[in-house]
Amino acid sequence: MTALSVVAGLQDRFGEYVLKLFSWMVLLFLILPVLVIIPLSFNAEPFFTFTPSMLRLDPDAYSLKWYAAIFESQNWILAIKNSFFIGIVSTLLATVLGTVAAVGLAREDMPFRRFITAAILSPMIVPLIIVAAGMFFFYSRFDLVATYTGIIIAHTALGAPFVVITVTASLQGFDQSLYKAGLSLGAPPLKVYRDVVLPVIRPGLISGALFAFVTSFDEIVLVLFLAGPQQQTVPRQMFSGLRESISPTILAVATLLIITSVIFLVSLEFLRRRAEHAKTSGRGDE
Amino acid sequence: MTMSKASTSFGNQLDAFDRKALGKLSRTEERGIEQNVRRRKRNSFLLVVPLLAFLLVTFFAPIGSMLFRSLYSPTVQGLIPQTIQRLDDWDQASPPPAATLKTLAVELKDLALSHKEGELGSAVNQVMPGTASVFKMTGRRIRNADLAGMSDPQAAQWLTDANPDWGNVKLWQAIAEAGRVYTARNYMKAAGFDFVGGTFSQSNTASVYQVLYVKTLGIALSITVLCMLLGYPLAYYLAKAPSKTANALMILVLLPFWTSLLVRTTSWIALLQTDGVVNTVLMGLGLIDTPLNLLYTRFATVIAMTHILLPFMVLPLYSVMRGIDPSYMRAAISMGSPPMQAFFRVFFPLTLSGLGAGTLLVFIISIGYYITPALVGGSDGQMISNIIAFNIQSTSNWGLAAALGSILLAIILLLYWVYDRLVGAGNLKLG
Repeated sequence: MTALSVVAGLQDRFGEYVLKLFSWMVLLFLILPVLVIIPLSFNAEPFFTFTPSMLRLDPDAYSLKWYAAIFESQNWILAIKNSFFIGIVSTLLATVLGTVAAVGLAREDMPFRRFITAAILSPMIVPLIIVAAGMFFFYSRFDLVATYTGIIIAHTALGAPFVVITVTASLQGFDQSLYKAGLSLGAPPLKVYRDVVLPVIRPGLISGALFAFVTSFDEIVLVLFLAGPQQQTVPRQMFSGLRESISPTILAVATLLIITSVIFLVSLEFLRRRAEHAKTSGRGDE
Repeated sequence: MTMSKASTSFGNQLDAFDRKALGKLSRTEERGIEQNVRRRKRNSFLLVVPLLAFLLVTFFAPIGSMLFRSLYSPTVQGLIPQTIQRLDDWDQASPPPAATLKTLAVELKDLALSHKEGELGSAVNQVMPGTASVFKMTGRRIRNADLAGMSDPQAAQWLTDANPDWGNVKLWQAIAEAGRVYTARNYMKAAGFDFVGGTFSQSNTASVYQVLYVKTLGIALSITVLCMLLGYPLAYYLAKAPSKTANALMILVLLPFWTSLLVRTTSWIALLQTDGVVNTVLMGLGLIDTPLNLLYTRFATVIAMTHILLPFMVLPLYSVMRGIDPSYMRAAISMGSPPMQAFFRVFFPLTLSGLGAGTLLVFIISIGYYITPALVGGSDGQMISNIIAFNIQSTSNWGLAAALGSILLAIILLLYWVYDRLVGAGNLKLG
């Protein structure tokens, strides 16, 4: 080994360490702001920050009172109920519309595919403030502002593209000849869809539905414009809380939402693994 | 797997063409095939119709109506139709004739009796700021005026007595302009034109909106560059790590990605406020004596949005880098290339598609952001979306808001078009 190559080797090593250190710092930048909320939500004082006694780990500095405050507040209860109601109904609608469209888009003989895909995905791209302003103008003409219907259809429009994307992705590996084989064996098309196509797209369908639900559950701009006092949702309640009086109740809600997103993440990961497993085991001879 | 799909469809076509070319098909058979193809196309299309129709009514029509709003302003025409009609023939140079003043006085009195004179005032005020008070002051006095018994000159005199501005040509020019139902004035205003002397002319200073668009693009660009600088090395590290490590570390990217936007914005408020976590830590370490002003600044907008959008950069980069065969780099190095050079000439070009996707995605999303700047940005960290919202909610200047929104939409569509060219909109990956 020449001296030069030793130096080069050391440089490589050094470069690797720098990369590793830098990557870990970025990872901490990503995760710490999320985690910092959790201990803060147990603050006994009405502050948004660590008190000296919290840092001393004094048990008296910690309390569950902000969690209790959520369930004592009519506003938060209504907001939670609304978020689930609006989320579930719009997810169901988005899943049905999105799945049917994705099945169509995946067919070989689909005309204007590029244009239609762009149109269907555009709710993900157009800034929400523009959508919100437009919907406010337009929905007010049909008395849909400050109604559940208005918000549900608005959220359905936002959620459907996610279903289209995930279902299309799961259909990408689908061999159309299976569908044709089903037909040629004499099964009616709907039965073929139920027994052959549906099992293949189920993971995509469920993860699309999860995306649609989370989109609705986390959506705030449209709610700010379209909702009346009766349609208060969790994000809107948080938004007004952050603007007016910063109370640690928001931190407690945030912690609950973090737990919810962990659950979502785990279920999606589970679905992804299952989809991959289904693909590899179903096509072992490829 | 995509191969098999493509080859079967290609095979079918080839089959039909071959047979057609060989003349083995009769006319009726050919027509039968064509009909079949057309029917299948129609059936496929029918599947997307429900969603397309739904989006057309609930999504595209509202956006269309908003775009229309930017050019259509019927308010003033609807409030004082006769005055506007009279002003159509007016030369715009000298004050309008007494008859026009009387017509306005009569219409203004009607409005004042139903307390609508403020609506007219604010509509004219949007064309020429500072004119709303004339309508308000006159409106207060005109309710009890006996206009019916006055001749035209008397009514005109009454108006100018009530407020001398009614003799001012400029006010009338503004009324005439505001009376136009179809107008590009909202775009003129957005582009930095002021209404002076009956027409719009380029303002001496850059308009607030030009400044705002530049600022918005600047903020979005800073966020995009930061995401690139932080995201590329991280994605590279994750892509090179063993699968198990990479999967475990990916959770640290995906968890923030899945956490509610408001939760993440809340945490930045907790971190950045005056007695927040960052200031407490810095003071505890003795690095600063007085707390820094971090929250409600442009810095807060940039840092919080970088945190929110970083996964959109890391995920496409990671998936592209994972797909690159490591033997390319090994080959380059074994043939004598220094590692750095191998990286920049072999690896980096292969990641450009992912980098392009991530960059455009982050830029497109950040340019239209509303919530985070509204909560942490203060006045300096506001973006164009915040001003659009302000014009709708606080000043009710819908026309201007719609024009600003249309310009923003045009910018986004242009970027989306580029994205579709480079990446293909259908290839959008989630998680």
